Amino acid sequence: MPVIDQNGQAVWRRRTTGQSMVRWFGWLLGVAVFLWCWNYISEATTWFFVWDAPRIADDIFGRATPPRWSYIDKLWGPIWDTLNIATLGTIFALFMAIPVAFLAARNTTPSALFIRPIALLIIVGTRSINSLIWALLLIAIIGPGVFAGVVAISIRSIGFCAKLLYEAIEEINVIQVEAITATGASRWQVMAYGIMPQIMPALAGIAVFRWDINIRESTVLGLVGAGGIGLQLSSSLNTLAWPQVSLILLVILLAVVISEWVSAKVRGAII
Amino acid sequence: MTADMTTELGILVGNKWKKPPFVKRAWLRWLLIIGAGLYFIAAIYSIDVNWSRVYQGLDRGGAFVAAFFSPDFTSRWTDIKEGMTESIIMTVASSVVGILISIPIGLGAARNISPMPVYMICRGIIAVSRSLQEIIVAILLVAIFGFGPLAGFLTLSFATIGFLSKLLAEEIETINKGQAEAVRATGARWTQWINYGIQPQIMPRLIGLSMYRIDINFRESAILGLVGAGGIGATLNTAFDRYEYDTAAAILLIIIVIVMGLEYLSGIIRARVQ
Repeated sequence: MPVIDQNGQAVWRRRTTGQSMVRWFGWLLGVAVFLWCWNYISEATTWFFVWDAPRIADDIFGRATPPRWSYIDKLWGPIWDTLNIATLGTIFALFMAIPVAFLAARNTTPSALFIRPIALLIIVGTRSINSLIWALLLIAIIGPGVFAGVVAISIRSIGFCAKLLYEAIEEINVIQVEAITATGASRWQVMAYGIMPQIMPALAGIAVFRWDINIRESTVLGLVGAGGIGLQLSSSLNTLAWPQVSLILLVILLAVVISEWVSAKVRGAII
Repeated sequence: MTADMTTELGILVGNKWKKPPFVKRAWLRWLLIIGAGLYFIAAIYSIDVNWSRVYQGLDRGGAFVAAFFSPDFTSRWTDIKEGMTESIIMTVASSVVGILISIPIGLGAARNISPMPVYMICRGIIAVSRSLQEIIVAILLVAIFGFGPLAGFLTLSFATIGFLSKLLAEEIETINKGQAEAVRATGARWTQWINYGIQPQIMPRLIGLSMYRIDINFRESAILGLVGAGGIGATLNTAFDRYEYDTAAAILLIIIVIVMGLEYLSGIIRARVQ
């Protein structure tokens, strides 16, 4: 225990002098890096606009309230599209994520040396690119519309679902698998009766969890042209129709709150 | 007669085993199946896919996949470098500020250490921050503060607060009370109580969550450029608009490599602190 001698009395210290110095230099370095970053941001900013910001914010708020409630009539279609993008995207993603997860889990992969790294690469690759970027890419390839949104959401969700699922597969109870194997079951039967029932609750939980996230993401996909309520948001923003923007933002907020509530209820019922 | 035969036979040799259904109540099971089927038909029907357009696009899709094997880092290197630097700077600055702000809010949002009014205010801040998506916040902040990395920095800091404070508060709510009480029994002040009774218990989790949030902030910083809030997104968008797939592939590869690096780093750091 580090102590320091003070007028002949030993006083308790949390760290030795060396440890304190190392920490102190670490903090100094961190602060220096942060200040350098801040300096960069500050140089790239037109400060006049920032000082003017309260007035602008007040102005925008004044224009945006009250929301144009009658515009809701035109929003039902986009809301339905948004729901479809999230739901179908999640379903397709699960169909693709289950095989990837089985290939990525250490205990079920056919080859830990060759196939597992490929599966892990699919997981990292799809996960690290945001759904908006996938949507941009898919719009360039298959044209704007709801379909591009569905595909973007499903590609983006593969990595997320497969990662959580393969972790669940690695944690299964081996005894049950051995029992099924001992009955003379084939590889596929072992999967269907030994592994699937064990990961089913995890799978359902992951599906609902991802669906919740996908509702959030699909509300903004329209900003790049991939369908859903974001399209209306983007066109309202471009025409500076602030009362419509505020209504759309309220609808999005409501959708997010409802989907989170549904997801929490369903997960509570499963687990 | 036959019914008797089957039951008798059933008793003698046993019934054929059937897989138990996932949902036990029959009416609920059928309702779910039929409902899901109807929804699925309606949903598929309402998406009109222009298959000829998709078919035409397959060439471009092929070109994009091919571009991943021959990414072009050189011809737009200055733009890529500038955008990437800006993204990284936004990530670092917003993570630092976001984490610093979310620690007091996290403390305030933990029911076991904060009084009711503070708890309500902090939970309110968390709820607002969590329910607004980054990109929407970015649009509003760009409208208010003008184009540039400042809007992106503020967006990411704001989003970090909601994420980190919530998980931190949940962690504080599950701490071991004994240790905190022992520190308090020595006559510690409130700050000492937090610093010696609670902070050591939540530190590993805080570091892990912070690393995870840095990872998320970097990924998000890549798209904020789409709405003018700085970072690599603007360059990426331009590359897609001009059908320069090799440049786009180069940018995406850099993003993937950095994210993988961050995940690896956070794995090492989390293993060390736990």
